Amino acid sequence: MSAHSHVEGQLPHEPEKATLEGRNKVLGFWLFLGGETVLFGTLFSAFLALRHQVLDGPPAHELFQLPLVALATALLLTSSLTSVFAVHALHTNRVKALINWLIITVVLGAAFLGLEIYEFVHYVHEGHGFTTSAFSSSFYTLVGFHGAHVAFGICWITLIIIQLARKGLTVVTAPKVYVAGMYWHFIDVVWVFIFTVVYLMGKVV
Amino acid sequence: MAHAHTHTVKRYSGLMDWLTTVDHKKIGILYMIAGGFFFLVGGLEAILIRVQLWKPLNNFVSADTYNELLTMHGTTMIFLAAMPLLFALMNAVVPLQIGARDVAFPFVNSLGFWTFLFGGVLLNVSWFTGGAPDAGWTSYAPLAGTTYSGDHGVDYYVLGLQIAGIGTLIGGINFLVTIINMRAPGMTFMRMPMFTWTAFITSALILFAFPALAVGLAALMFDRLFDANFFDPSGGGNAVLWEHIFWIFGHPEVYILILPAFGVISEVISTFSRKRLFGYSSMVFATILIGFLGFMVWAHHMFTVGLGPVANALFSIATMLIAVPTGIKIFNWLFTMWGGSIKFTTANLFAVGFIPTFVMGGVTGVMLAAAPADFQYHDSYFVVAHFHYVIVGGLILGIFSGLHYWWPKMFGRVLNEGLGKLTFWTFFIGFHLTFFIQHFLGLLGMPRRIWTYLDGLGFNEMNMISTVGAFLMGFGTIFFLLNVVITAFKPQNAPADPWEDGRTLEWTIPSPPPEYNFAQTPLVRGYDAYWKEKTDGHKGMTPAEPIGPIHMPSPSILPFFMGLGLFIAGLGFMYSHDWGNLFGSFKTGYAVGIVGLLIVFGCMFLRSVIDDHGFHIEEEEILRDLGGKA
Repeated sequence: MSAHSHVEGQLPHEPEKATLEGRNKVLGFWLFLGGETVLFGTLFSAFLALRHQVLDGPPAHELFQLPLVALATALLLTSSLTSVFAVHALHTNRVKALINWLIITVVLGAAFLGLEIYEFVHYVHEGHGFTTSAFSSSFYTLVGFHGAHVAFGICWITLIIIQLARKGLTVVTAPKVYVAGMYWHFIDVVWVFIFTVVYLMGKVV
Repeated sequence: MAHAHTHTVKRYSGLMDWLTTVDHKKIGILYMIAGGFFFLVGGLEAILIRVQLWKPLNNFVSADTYNELLTMHGTTMIFLAAMPLLFALMNAVVPLQIGARDVAFPFVNSLGFWTFLFGGVLLNVSWFTGGAPDAGWTSYAPLAGTTYSGDHGVDYYVLGLQIAGIGTLIGGINFLVTIINMRAPGMTFMRMPMFTWTAFITSALILFAFPALAVGLAALMFDRLFDANFFDPSGGGNAVLWEHIFWIFGHPEVYILILPAFGVISEVISTFSRKRLFGYSSMVFATILIGFLGFMVWAHHMFTVGLGPVANALFSIATMLIAVPTGIKIFNWLFTMWGGSIKFTTANLFAVGFIPTFVMGGVTGVMLAAAPADFQYHDSYFVVAHFHYVIVGGLILGIFSGLHYWWPKMFGRVLNEGLGKLTFWTFFIGFHLTFFIQHFLGLLGMPRRIWTYLDGLGFNEMNMISTVGAFLMGFGTIFFLLNVVITAFKPQNAPADPWEDGRTLEWTIPSPPPEYNFAQTPLVRGYDAYWKEKTDGHKGMTPAEPIGPIHMPSPSILPFFMGLGLFIAGLGFMYSHDWGNLFGSFKTGYAVGIVGLLIVFGCMFLRSVIDDHGFHIEEEEILRDLGGKA
């Protein structure tokens, strides 16, 4: 069927949408991200409802260190840009550039994750543990869900890089790259909201 | 055939075929068997509840067991019986109605079934491991917290539902993409059969409602297993937050359940009235509007919490608004029947019985929507009567109608009409006997969720009548099972269009359909595609393509193992406090949980790296099928 309808050896324009399977995947992923939006929306609501319940733990404005978080934000936003370059390389059929941009994206994501883990360890030492208060539970759940999404994305994109290196860019691998790019943008957007709602608003006493 | 990729794919048979199938028709049957099983379990729990309540101060079950029965009855019926039975009909019918050969994601479809099944089994394992969940199907905090529910019952609830919920969510995405991308040429949105429309809107509601439940369950799980403080006031948590999260999922959930039933009723009434569905476009509009409003009314479950007069008034009005699109539907069904040549088959009896029953549930719904009055009805049997009128009287009658209607399409055998009518009358009378009287019990002041009641309160006779009705419903269900067994031994000889008045595409292909559904994708020339061809004097659909080899997805065992992995992970994390340490301070339960998750991620890894080329059903095989069935 349409999976193999292109001329052998020549990649069609927008290979991620060249087959019905690819189109299904892209649409299905958009819908999935819709569900993810509700998921994070609910987590944000829970955090907003509970963020002033600090009990004996340190309050947000004493805890958060904006320079560190700003650095993490810069890393993640840059990784979103490099994933755009990757998708651009996909559309211009440059496999080598595609792989390189994806590697840079993953490295930036890993650096972000490293900073976040460092940040969490630091907070625990400050007396802000998962069980300290409703504020801490909802903080770690919201930011941790996002961090888990980043970690999953890193593993996923790494797997796609390996497949690209072995199988090349085809109408099968192209949709995988494309939806992974969508996913990466999504967790980036979620982070923008976390930065605003959790950290910036936390600094306002 | 000169195909570039001729892969030999093993086509399994027997048990392996059912474990590995990605065929939506077989997955539909699996959903039906599993959902039917849980329906019997939930029904048995209901009968035990009614036996306990048949006389005052009864001691048939203990108070603790009663709480477990009550909780598991509600949870099982909603998540493990009603939803899967709807998914059974959606799987069996939607791809056929839109002229598709398969769903958009056959693998995901199978994964959805297995995660649902393993989640449901996990929930019910609790009966054998020292106590089922007992905090009600709504599992309100702080009752559901560790302070008041110290055993593992509620752990089974949060993990079982979480796993089953994943299955439902991905199933919903699958149907959305299927309906958007896989329609046959000419099948525009405004030509789609009503059942497909309702499946579409229901899937959208699933997509936007279930993630909220996932977060709620995860937060409750963190509270219980890892000592988080979401809903525990002593830790700064907020018990009302759980109610908001639960109902922002829970109210759309009731529309997720009822909309497909509306779709079934629309199909059945139109077919057996031999008339086009009255007001088709207003039906579509009403369905979308109900889906939209369904997200705006969750706090009507919380009128007595104390949200204040403004919030109560707004939610009150929003709730009453839903009566408008629902009323549109009721009148459309009545006008469809008006002047039609009506045949009262079993399917149609259930559909016609649905209309007044659902209207009664709707009317009490509007009564409950009046916030000041709700303070009187709240937590009384009036509420119990109301939601059983809409769920049993609406959804279950709809499912029975759909099962009788599409049974020949699913299995190639028409159910026995005599037994079917016996099923209907027993179930229908039993239903009204059980629940009509409960309105008055509630108005007299009998609270819901109580284990027993005192003599001399005026509750005795009404409770006895209600229990008799419950047994009648049980007999109705047994007659249905009997019908299924008897029919299974009849020859498989149902024609493609067994009701002779089929209007939609599923009736243009053999019963049961071949693996590839349509030998040639049909060209759709209008609403009620098959009926249009019939009235134009054609024997069948105009094909949109020549006969050729058909590409099919490969079967896969991975979804089964992913479900199993989640099941193992759930058990492991749940018992992390009990199973001691594996080494140092590392808990055995966590090790088991991680093994389970590794199985899941390992399967995802395999699915990603192994390309699924599928296989082709060749022209000769299709021609042979056509010859044999002509």
